[in-house]
Amino acid sequence: MSKYLVSPSPHVHAPASTKSLMIDVLLALLPAVIVSVIFYGWGELMVLAVSIASCVLLEWAITKWLLKKPCTIADHSAIVTGVLLAMNLPATTPWWVVLIGAIVAIGVAKMTFGGIGQNPFNPALVGRVFLLLSFPTYMTHWEAPKGLWGLDATTGATPLGVIKEGLMQGSTVQDLMAEHGYSYSQMLFANLGGSAGEISALALLAGFVYLLCRRVIKPHITFSIWGTVIVFSGIMWLIDPAQFTDPIFNLLTGGMILGSCFMATDYVTSPMSAKGGIIFGVGIGLIAMLIRYFGAYPEGVSFAILIMNMTVPLLNKWFHQKKYGRA
Amino acid sequence: MAKRTFSIGGVHPDDAKIARDCAIEVLPLPQTVYISMAQHLGAPAKPIVAVGDKVKVGQVIAEPGGFISAFVHSSVSGTVKSIAPRKDISGNLMTHVEIAVEGDEWVEGVDLSDTLITKLPEREVALERIKACGVVGLGGATFPTHVKLNPGPNAKPECLILNGAECEPYLTSDYRILLERTKEIVIGAAIMKNILGPECKCVIGIEENKPAAIKAVEEAVVVLGYQDIDVMTLKKKYPQGGEKQLIDAVMKRQVKSGGLPISVGAVVQNVATALAVYEAVQKNKPLITNTLTITGDCVAKENLHNYLFRIGMPLSYIAEYAGGIPEGAAKLISGGPMMGKAIANLDACTVKGSSSILYLSAKATKRAEASACIRCGRCADACPMGLEPFLLNRLAKAGDMEQLEANAVQDCISCGSCQFSCPANIALLDRINMAKGQVLGIIRARAAAAKAAAEAAKSNEAK
Repeated sequence: MSKYLVSPSPHVHAPASTKSLMIDVLLALLPAVIVSVIFYGWGELMVLAVSIASCVLLEWAITKWLLKKPCTIADHSAIVTGVLLAMNLPATTPWWVVLIGAIVAIGVAKMTFGGIGQNPFNPALVGRVFLLLSFPTYMTHWEAPKGLWGLDATTGATPLGVIKEGLMQGSTVQDLMAEHGYSYSQMLFANLGGSAGEISALALLAGFVYLLCRRVIKPHITFSIWGTVIVFSGIMWLIDPAQFTDPIFNLLTGGMILGSCFMATDYVTSPMSAKGGIIFGVGIGLIAMLIRYFGAYPEGVSFAILIMNMTVPLLNKWFHQKKYGRA
Repeated sequence: MAKRTFSIGGVHPDDAKIARDCAIEVLPLPQTVYISMAQHLGAPAKPIVAVGDKVKVGQVIAEPGGFISAFVHSSVSGTVKSIAPRKDISGNLMTHVEIAVEGDEWVEGVDLSDTLITKLPEREVALERIKACGVVGLGGATFPTHVKLNPGPNAKPECLILNGAECEPYLTSDYRILLERTKEIVIGAAIMKNILGPECKCVIGIEENKPAAIKAVEEAVVVLGYQDIDVMTLKKKYPQGGEKQLIDAVMKRQVKSGGLPISVGAVVQNVATALAVYEAVQKNKPLITNTLTITGDCVAKENLHNYLFRIGMPLSYIAEYAGGIPEGAAKLISGGPMMGKAIANLDACTVKGSSSILYLSAKATKRAEASACIRCGRCADACPMGLEPFLLNRLAKAGDMEQLEANAVQDCISCGSCQFSCPANIALLDRINMAKGQVLGIIRARAAAAKAAAEAAKSNEAK
C-alpha cells in the first residue's frame, strides 16, 4: 500500500494554472502586437524584445541573487509585463530607456513587494508612468513610423495630445477633428499616432473577447470603465461640444482600450468582488476623464488605474460576495 | 421548465462517468467479513454478539450506541470469530465484528423475492422498520435515516428532496440503481414522503447528464400513479448533490448558517437511501448491501464495474475480484475525486456508505507544486457557500480565529471546489478544514459555557 498516494480531497484539479492564464493573456495581446509591428516596423520589434528580455532577466536575477527564492519566471508573468510595458512605449524609444522602464516595472513595482501576487500597483504601468515623468521627450515624441512593407501611420502627436494642445490655443474640438481628419474607423483599425497599445482598438478588442471567452477575466471592470467614460464624457460633450471630445473618441483613443481590457483587469491589482470591481472601474473612468478634460496631461488612463490600485485593499475589505444563507 | 441549479459558485469538473453502462453485478461472498461498528454518523454501535456465536444474514449484531446511531446487522451467515479493533480505510482503529462465512442463510421474515410491493404501511410502522433495519443516509454523511425523517412535532416538512444528482465525477452507482431499481426507489420516496406528513411533496432531482435515469424515473412515477412526486432535471454543476446546494436548486431557499434543512421545510435523502428504505419497509430487509463503482482514469474498460456488495467485505477482496489494482494507479480513493477519502489501508472493509473504489493515475491526481496566490478570485467564484477561500487561507495561516469565524469558515462544506480551481495549486481546503475544526471547537465551547452559565443562574434563582 505504501506506494500509493494518501492526501486529503479534492483528488483532481482543473486544468488552468498561473502559467496557462498568462499564456492566454499573451495570446490575447498577439493581434495588437502584430498590428503594431506592421505599422511601426523594426523599432517596435526592438522595443518589444528589449522590454521582454529585460523583464524576464531581471526577475530571474532578483529571485536568484537578491531574494534567494525559487525562480518564478516559468509562470510567464514577467513576459506579460514586458509586452504590456512595450505596448505603452513609442516605437522610437531608445533601448536604454526601455531598460530603465523594465527595471522600475519588475525591480521596483513587482519584486520589492515580493513578486507575483504581492504588488499593489500594476508593474507595467508603474514603469510607463516613471518613464513618462522622467523622459517626457521620448515618451511624447512620435516620429513618423516606418512600417514594414512601406505602410505608414500618421505622423505627429497622438489625437489626445493634438486636441489638448489645440484647445489650449483656443481652437474647438470640431475644428481640430476636421483639420487633422480624425475618423472613428481610423481609431478602430489602426492609423493614428501613439504607442503600440494605442494603435488599433480593434486588435485589442479581439484579444479582450478572447479573454472573456476563455473565462480568464470577467467583464465587469472593463464595462464599468467604459460605462463611466461614456456617461461622463457624454454629458460634458452635450454641454459643450466645442470644448469636450465625444464619448466614442474617448473610448477609442489613447490607452483607454489597452488600459480597460488588459491593465485594469490585472488579477493582482484589481478587487476580488464584483461590487468592488465595478466601483474600481467607475473610479478609473472618472479619474481618466477628469485628467483628459481638465488635467495637464492629454492622457490619464495610466494615472487613473494606478490611483485606483491604491483603493483595492479597502475595496476588498468592504465588499464581499454574497454568502449562502446569510442575508 | 428551465433546468435549475444552485445560485452561488460551483465548478464543472469532467464528469468521467465511464462506468455508466456497466450493469450492477452481485459480488460473490468472501471467506470472512469484518463489520465495522462505525457505519454511520454519530455514536458507534455496541456489539451484542459474542465470539463463537452463530449468526444468520440480517441478524442484529450491534445496537445503537446513542440517539444518533443505528443498528448493525450481519451481512453473512457464519460464526463470529472475533470482536476486536481493526483499521478503517484511513488507518484509524474501530471495533469490527469478524465473521467466518458459512453458507448464506437469512433470518426469518425477510422477503427475498423480486415481487414489487406497492401498498404503503402506516407511518409509525414504516419509521420503526427503517430504524430496526439500520437504514442510514447513503449520500455520503450516513446520518441515521429514522432520525432525519422524524424532525419533531414543531417541524413542518414541505418538501422531500430525493438526491439523484450524483455530481461527483466517475461515480455511477446512483445512476445504475435509478435505471435498474427505479420503481423501488420511487416507492421508497413515497414511503418517506408519507412519514413526513400529508403536506409534504416530493421532488426527485437528477442532473442533466443522466437522461436515461430521468426518463425511467418519470415513467415509474406515472406507472405507480403518484400525484405529488415530481422529477426535476438539474444542470450539471458540482456540488449539486450538497444538501444545502440541492435545497437552493430545487426550492430556491437557503438554509441559515448553522441551521438544519428542516428549518426551511426541506428533508434531503439520497436515491440509494430511498432504495434501502423500500427494502427495509416493504421487504423487511436490513441495510447490509449497497452498490459501489470500480472506476478511474487508469482502469481498463473491461475492469469497470458496478457491484452490489455486502457490508464488511474487505476492499482488497473486491479489488482482487475486479481484476486487481491497475498498473498506472497512483492513488486509491473511496468515494468521488472531489470529496472521497484516499484509501490508506486496502484491507479495510466496506461499510453501508461505501460508494466506490476509484483508481486515479499520477497525471490525474498528483498535486502540482503550490505557487504564490495571484488573487484571481477563482476560489471565491467557485465556492458554493459564497466564502472567500483565499482570505480564509490567509487568516488560517495567521491563526486569526476571530476573523475566521467572522468570515464564516464554519460554513465551509469541504466540497473542494476552491482547491480544484486554484491556478496556483494552493492547498486551500487542507488549511481551511483545519481552521474550520478549530473554529467549530471554539463555537461549541462557547455554547457549552453559555449553557452552563444559564443553568448556574437558574439554580441561583431557585435558591
